[in-house]
Amino acid sequence: MMEQQDVILKVENLSKQYRLGSVGTGTISHDLNRFFAKISGKEDPYLKIGASNDCSTKGASQYVWALKDINFEVKKGEVLGIIGKNGAGKSTLLKILSKVTGPTTGSVKFNGRIASLLEVGTGFHPEMTGKENIFLNGAILGMTKKEISRKLGEIINFSGCERYIDTPVKRYSSGMKVRLAFAVAAFLEPDILIVDEVLAVGDAEFQKKAIGKMQDISSQVGRTVLFVSHDMAAVQSLCTQGVLLENGEIIFSGTSQDTVHFYLNAERKKVTQNLLKRTDRRGSGEVRFSKVEMLNEFGNSVSEVISGAYIKFRLHLVFYKTINVKDLIFGLVIYDMNEVKIGDFYSDEMGIKFDKIKGYVDLEFPELLLRGGEYSLVIVVQTNIFNVQLIDLVKGVFNFKVFPGDYWKSGKINRATNIALIFGKYINSEKPL
Amino acid sequence: MEKENWLFNISPKNNTFNLNLKEVWQYRDLLFLFVKRDVVTLYKQTILGPLWYLIQPLFTSVIFTLVFNNVAGIQTGEIPPFLFNLAGITTWNYFKECLIATSDTFKKNEQIFGKVYFPRIIMPMSIVVSNLLKFGIQLLILLGFYLYYAFYTTTVVRPNQLLFLFPVLILIMGMLGLGLGMIISSMVTKYRDLTFLVSFGTQLLMYISLVVIPFSLFQEKGVEWLVMYNPMGYIIEMARFLLLNEGNISQFGIAYTFISSVMCLFFGTVIFNKTEKTFIDTI
Repeated sequence: MMEQQDVILKVENLSKQYRLGSVGTGTISHDLNRFFAKISGKEDPYLKIGASNDCSTKGASQYVWALKDINFEVKKGEVLGIIGKNGAGKSTLLKILSKVTGPTTGSVKFNGRIASLLEVGTGFHPEMTGKENIFLNGAILGMTKKEISRKLGEIINFSGCERYIDTPVKRYSSGMKVRLAFAVAAFLEPDILIVDEVLAVGDAEFQKKAIGKMQDISSQVGRTVLFVSHDMAAVQSLCTQGVLLENGEIIFSGTSQDTVHFYLNAERKKVTQNLLKRTDRRGSGEVRFSKVEMLNEFGNSVSEVISGAYIKFRLHLVFYKTINVKDLIFGLVIYDMNEVKIGDFYSDEMGIKFDKIKGYVDLEFPELLLRGGEYSLVIVVQTNIFNVQLIDLVKGVFNFKVFPGDYWKSGKINRATNIALIFGKYINSEKPL
Repeated sequence: MEKENWLFNISPKNNTFNLNLKEVWQYRDLLFLFVKRDVVTLYKQTILGPLWYLIQPLFTSVIFTLVFNNVAGIQTGEIPPFLFNLAGITTWNYFKECLIATSDTFKKNEQIFGKVYFPRIIMPMSIVVSNLLKFGIQLLILLGFYLYYAFYTTTVVRPNQLLFLFPVLILIMGMLGLGLGMIISSMVTKYRDLTFLVSFGTQLLMYISLVVIPFSLFQEKGVEWLVMYNPMGYIIEMARFLLLNEGNISQFGIAYTFISSVMCLFFGTVIFNKTEKTFIDTI
């Protein structure tokens, strides 16, 4: 394919340094030092120092590298997903690509027009009408007046704000503002489009529309899209390639599938929270839970998972007395973040009696049918010799995150609403009744 | 790597003299829309609306006439003091508005500059143009009083035959305001101290810019060095010379004003272009 050689954007050795603390004291002296170094032909004295950008630890240097030696290429028509934790440098990278700020070293070379949707709706003037704002916003994004006039009808239509189009924008609801702004941006015709988390706004219907529009842009028109998101499922379904940033450096790049997998595995937070230290527990205490882990298909401990994936909860135990394990009943209850019970799993009603326990008990889900959201667990162990007696119960032991997935394999990302997915199927009626 | 002919290149180094005028031309519609936004939205939800454009210079002239001419007794020659002041203030206002508004460019537009790229220079340019409209309206009121004095009073007022050069003078003044404003706005991104200096500095500058006190008076008192090196002084004096045929202008004044305005605009543009790349990190 000729597309293979067609590199449209090339990032070479890109680095960006920031100065920590407030600008003020020492600014002039640093500026002067830089100036003297420059006129005597030396290197900038502040470029040599600077630690990598790990926000959590306190470094000695006042300068940090928000990005360090970034190299990648994007081919024409590709959709590149850029993922990483907060503070990994994603936004800085996009800011440099969209020319909002310049790099410290390195370069970006590209063919064609770059437009960014770095948070839509900037430059809206509240006193001006929707239509006037379409023109203003379009021009800010680089369209000419003629281009906008040509697409005005489509833009208004897509935004769904037709009725309000001659009303000042200050009377709009926040959702309408976002829709109008996205509509303007969606009808830009850049060669490279940069999208940063815009899909996080607007209602579900509009999100669908926006994602659809993005897919159209890349697949039909063959335009290149750089997409930054925390939404793993969206990255998987929208992007072809992926880049994973951590502390300002690229630690993985490949297909979007591989990148997301790598990220989720790398994200295994060492949740070695020792449950034995918890005092807010109930029960007689012959057996106690010491740790809970969530393991993926490769047996790696993770805390984030895509809806519908294989998952195994491992409940680690410590025995304080000899106890007949055959009488033990284990329970695991999944709660959402609003403390609403989503589902529970008791070993006795599931027909399991344990013969031997070697330090832990596993509960396996071939498909974790939870919609996107955050969940936590309550774990319980009981004994049932004469009557049910509580041995140990710990609440809120393990917080994990589920990214929305595509359970029905329809190409549509399932809505994220913190509830369980239940298998079901719509039937197309053969004949009208 | 057979293909190394890239259309665009982002790198830390910026050619100092690459002003990228082509790009500015591509964004000309944006310039127009910013001007429209400034004009349309300034007086929304006010009762008097654009009348505020007129009230401000008018009242200032009245007060200045009372204080400087009636109380302090400054002589303005043949010309009625009110007309003398009004001409000075109208011209001065254009410069002042341009300077103050453009010197705030980076700080005021931090939000939008931080999100999306367009040639930053569009912003100060749009300010200079939209102020031009305001200036035009204020000239109308000057014209009104001009005609009143010419036809309904005994005083003789007439313009100089070189009046057609007035637009050139305005252009030079716009260049000076834009240039100075851009220099200041570039420095404000790092050192906020300048914001305080600008508002009160322009106020002080007015007194040595011949707005209310004619050059002849400075000469009389032997302190012409106070105004000799101020291009704005020459501009105001020249404006009054063209409009009211009052005062005297020298070849040195014309050359000095022209050169300093061009230099200001040039250095302003260069510094502004240098700053626009990374100001978002320091502001």
